[in-house]
Amino acid sequence: MIYSYYPGCTLKTKAKDLDMYARKSAEALGVTLEEIPEWQCCGGVYPQAKDEIATKLSSVRTLASAKSAGQDLVTVCSACHHVVKRVNDDMKNDEYIRTRVNNYLGLEEPYAGETNVIHYLELLRDVIGFDQLKKKVKNPFKGKKIAAYYGCLLLRPSGVMAMDNPENPTIMEDFIRAIGATPVVYPFRNECCGGYITMEDKNLAIKKSNQVLASAEGKGADLVITACPLCMYNLSKNGTKHSLPIYYFTELLAEALGVK
Amino acid sequence: MSTVKEKNMIDEILRMSGSDPKRCMKCGKCSATCPAFAEMEYHPHQFASMIDQGKIQPLLTSEAIYKCLSCFACMERCPRDVKPAKLIEAVRLCVIREQSRNHMTPDDIPCLLDEDLPQQAIVSVFRKYSK
Repeated sequence: MIYSYYPGCTLKTKAKDLDMYARKSAEALGVTLEEIPEWQCCGGVYPQAKDEIATKLSSVRTLASAKSAGQDLVTVCSACHHVVKRVNDDMKNDEYIRTRVNNYLGLEEPYAGETNVIHYLELLRDVIGFDQLKKKVKNPFKGKKIAAYYGCLLLRPSGVMAMDNPENPTIMEDFIRAIGATPVVYPFRNECCGGYITMEDKNLAIKKSNQVLASAEGKGADLVITACPLCMYNLSKNGTKHSLPIYYFTELLAEALGVK
Repeated sequence: MSTVKEKNMIDEILRMSGSDPKRCMKCGKCSATCPAFAEMEYHPHQFASMIDQGKIQPLLTSEAIYKCLSCFACMERCPRDVKPAKLIEAVRLCVIREQSRNHMTPDDIPCLLDEDLPQQAIVSVFRKYSK
């Protein structure tokens, strides 16, 4: 199984662990991730205005590159996944955006949303299967109570992201079960950690991150997992009142598979 | 009464956002679910009603346009598909697309950095706050 892979800017810098353990685990699971050549940063947030064209180009270049390789595109970072998937939806369904982007890029063959974008968690669930993953686990996290932090970007808007039920998701809890641990379901698992507001209004990010961690701690979690480098930063740096350890889900996966 | 410039701006906001604030039934769910509610001078449901009524000026000068976290909770939970996040983004774009109106510039960044801050945060604020 060969996939195009889009790591994104932060996975090459502050979130190297998220990337490295994703690659090691994929290898152990028989999946080849081929990094898109000369990919560009997605911009971190989806440009919502209909007339924002230039800010969508980097995502389209990535999508078109996967298309020409004839491969599905795998993402790991929640923000990259969100941006690339929503731009893909625009290219598929918004004629105004599609026309202007294609006019600018002048690709050999115009891009119209053909690439299938899947998050690494969806790869585990839909391609490998959590039951198969469970069979490959060498070091199960027996007795560990793990809280999945979805945040915002993987789930919403659900019409486009289509990963899971946006209010009652199960994909990360099923992942936690597959690696032999016990999932902790808590009210704030799909509420915002503050995101980029940490640069504009740090106190707001501190308030939001503490709310998430209080909620997870209140339900007895030993640790929290995330797929997002900015959630990782907020929960670990701005979650000032709590000391719950935060891990990337890929690190736990690699440890469970014995490739850490 | 809105001026011609304000009316043009409202048309622009409706076009950019693809939202129809007239669909709003004022249930308040968007504001109830907004994680930045307490920090916003005007709340998501007020963006919908004020834009609908042509009261754009107070929104253009409010810090509220920089408080949206783009968590899309309001969009997901709106029972009428009004898309408040898209309205807030369109109002902010009307401001920062004007010359010299960037809310954050590269000069602001160095004092905000720490050793763990991910690049993602920096590229995101530039997308949100400057042109």
